[in-house]
Amino acid sequence: MFEHFFADPKTLLMGAITGLVFGFLLQKGGVTRYNVIVNQFRFKDFTVLKTMLTAIVVGAIGIYAMLQFGMIKGLQLKGAELAMNAGGGLIFGVGMVLLGYCPGTALAAVGQGSRDAAIGIVGALVGAAVYAEAYPLLAKALQPIGNLGKITIADAAHASPWWFIVGLGVFAAGLFVWLEKRERRSLSV
Amino acid sequence: MLGFLRKPRWSPYLVGIGIGVLSWCTFYFMEKALGTSTAFVGAAGSGVCAIAPDHVASNAYYLREYGAKSGGGFKPIFDWQMALDFALVAGAFIAAWLGGTFRRERVPTVWAERFGPSVAKRYAAAFIGGFILIFGARMAGGCTSGHGISGGLQLAVSSWMFFISMFISGIATAAALFGLSGFGRPGKAEVTNV
Repeated sequence: MFEHFFADPKTLLMGAITGLVFGFLLQKGGVTRYNVIVNQFRFKDFTVLKTMLTAIVVGAIGIYAMLQFGMIKGLQLKGAELAMNAGGGLIFGVGMVLLGYCPGTALAAVGQGSRDAAIGIVGALVGAAVYAEAYPLLAKALQPIGNLGKITIADAAHASPWWFIVGLGVFAAGLFVWLEKRERRSLSV
Repeated sequence: MLGFLRKPRWSPYLVGIGIGVLSWCTFYFMEKALGTSTAFVGAAGSGVCAIAPDHVASNAYYLREYGAKSGGGFKPIFDWQMALDFALVAGAFIAAWLGGTFRRERVPTVWAERFGPSVAKRYAAAFIGGFILIFGARMAGGCTSGHGISGGLQLAVSSWMFFISMFISGIATAAALFGLSGFGRPGKAEVTNV
């Protein structure tokens, strides 16, 4: 059934380098800690949101600039199936707070010695197998709802993506300034 | 340089910039977007395959994620993302070791404050949480990295839908588990916990 179980060495090397850097960054950022992730959802610690929004804005500028200058062939979009995206997101949020890690940060957390994250990964593997069995039924019921194809917000609005990137950047900058002020205040009292 | 690598914690903005630049590299050099949860399907499928190979070969979901484009059979399961997932563990280990933050932890402090020091209780919640987490990620078509970061930065409609639903549900779950009384008051633990 598998002609090749392993991809070619170059692909594997590239993936491994990416993972090493990604894992290093996540751990240094503190987002591999249960406390940090759970406290984001309690509005006590904004490390997760700060990290993600910064990555999104910086990433968007580079990707859309490279796209504009023809340096990359195209985007790597996942199709919009709104009922599946929203339903999956709602389920994911429950799991993320109960486990205290997401899939990537759980793997990274294992590297820093978090044993509970390793148990979470075992649960995740069982969850993946169960999902594969549930997929035909779920897909039949929900995939057609809100099926818009591989589109971006800019496509949907018939506007330049740069409006959204600049808007997101301004929003993020404003939020960060406000958060830093708030955190300084709560530390000084 | 070494002093910087030995710091226990970096600014979230610096880390965010790093992840953003890393995603430029994966797009430019590899034509890939950062993602971690599809490989869980590959790993689970390989496990099931050891018991019931015919079942895996005919399952619509394994075929959707790993089916070869032409002919029957599957693409390599141990692929770019699987290598990335294994390397995540190693990358975080190096970061923790250099920063002096590696420690064996079974019950995180925020959990213990609310639910007590029982390891069994924490492990049970982690197992169930992991199960729900991947079920949701695969239903949505991605997780915090594939949808949240990679899809978010591409302004994908699917990803922003996921991102917003995930946050709403996470807040509601945190409220249900921990109560609303602790919301919004940053304590000392958040600053000192590295």
